[in-house]
Amino acid sequence: MEVQKTALYNYHKNLGAKFVPFAGYEMPIQYKDGIVKEHISTRTHAGFFDVSHMGQFFLEGDETLIESLEKIIPADLKNLKVNHSKYSFLLNNEGGIIDDLIITKTEKGFCIILNAACKENDIKQISQFLKKNHKHLLNNDLSLIALQGPKSVEILEKLIPGVSNLKFMTGNNFEYEGENLYVTRSGYTGEDGFEISISNTKVEKLIDYLISNEVKPIGLGARDTLRLEAGLCLYGHDLNEKINPVEANLKWAIAKKRKEVGGFNGWEKIKNLLANGSEKIRVGIKPDGKVIARENTKIFSPDNNEIGFVTSGTFGPSVNAPVAMGYVKSEFSEIGTSIQLEVRGKKYGGKISELPFYKKSYVK
Amino acid sequence: MSEKKFSKKHEWVSLDGDVATVGITKHATEMLGDIVFVEVPDAGKAVEKEGQAAVVESTKAASDVYSPISGEITEGNKAIADDPGSVNTDPEGASWFFKLKIKDKGEYDSLMSKDEYDKFCKENPS
Repeated sequence: MEVQKTALYNYHKNLGAKFVPFAGYEMPIQYKDGIVKEHISTRTHAGFFDVSHMGQFFLEGDETLIESLEKIIPADLKNLKVNHSKYSFLLNNEGGIIDDLIITKTEKGFCIILNAACKENDIKQISQFLKKNHKHLLNNDLSLIALQGPKSVEILEKLIPGVSNLKFMTGNNFEYEGENLYVTRSGYTGEDGFEISISNTKVEKLIDYLISNEVKPIGLGARDTLRLEAGLCLYGHDLNEKINPVEANLKWAIAKKRKEVGGFNGWEKIKNLLANGSEKIRVGIKPDGKVIARENTKIFSPDNNEIGFVTSGTFGPSVNAPVAMGYVKSEFSEIGTSIQLEVRGKKYGGKISELPFYKKSYVK
Repeated sequence: MSEKKFSKKHEWVSLDGDVATVGITKHATEMLGDIVFVEVPDAGKAVEKEGQAAVVESTKAASDVYSPISGEITEGNKAIADDPGSVNTDPEGASWFFKLKIKDKGEYDSLMSKDEYDKFCKENPS
């Protein structure tokens, strides 16, 4: 398959981006400032992220569309209000996570934001449940820009009046340059911010404005350190088809009503896990010293029994310490439990930690 | 102190009598990005030419630091283990990695000069 590029590819190039192949796209891993500075400027001012590689999947249909989607998504879509969003997943028959996603109720149906690496398979999986009168479109004419950080609201409000009224996990249509765009108050960094769905033809103009307000471009490198500090999962690392939402410590994302009534893929298995707990569970991990426990680092109990593995690990610039997430046997999952991390053949101490590592309050 | 010599693995060496000081080059730090973890060897450890001697990690990845010269470690620079970011600011000065007592000065002589190293970096961009 040919490597794909987002509409902003040349723009990134001119900003001094270093590119890496990611999910079939050439994406910026970092710009001139480097990961730590990009991370800090997002936390203290604002940064923008080109996340146009993610799928913007639109569905339209009558009320049977809700029934169809609820077979594979364990959110309460029936009671989701227009312009409200939920974090959820696509589940397989075993309750494993096919992808994690954000679903928003629109006037005519739903919009689902899908991970770039999964989007084609996701659409296949969703399509199995769709009826003839359900229309769907993966819209590649739209870019998706995340604007994240404490100054985001002030900066975007000046350009698009009204966005400051949005509450976390809600969205609305706005007008910009004579075109409609859709803005949600959301993101994946642990900061206040927005995700802006905008036509490929207007996106450069929006970025010009952001840069003129000292919003820095942020690459995938800092996106990873930001989301990990915020305790958020990265599909393909912390989540995959063999992991279910209970193991992933994401049972909060299954709607209460759906937990009671079920009716989605893998429900029998998940019902059982909700009642009895899972053998392993996702936890936060803090190494005691400066050592970084990266993906696939083995985790041991104090008496040297292997109890799990790391799925994401890096240095957290705002925490100013290494941080990690991984899966351990449930009996070792309590906050504060001492563990050992095997790095380059040597064992280093660490502790099970609360998530997120970095906390900020969203606008509710 | 002698002039600095350079390896293809982006380490530098300077020599004072039979004690060599080894660090990573500015070019190496630019490739690595923000350095967030450093592990230096303890005194007494024997290292071989091109053998693994230290570890450096950036926000992106972990890399081994090799000794461009064989000998016995006399000192690891604990200051950079405490403050890994200092390697980005002064890689070819205060932020050296380790010192070692060398066995064979010929190994030092065979390394690249500054000019040769600069040329090598230009011809092998990564």
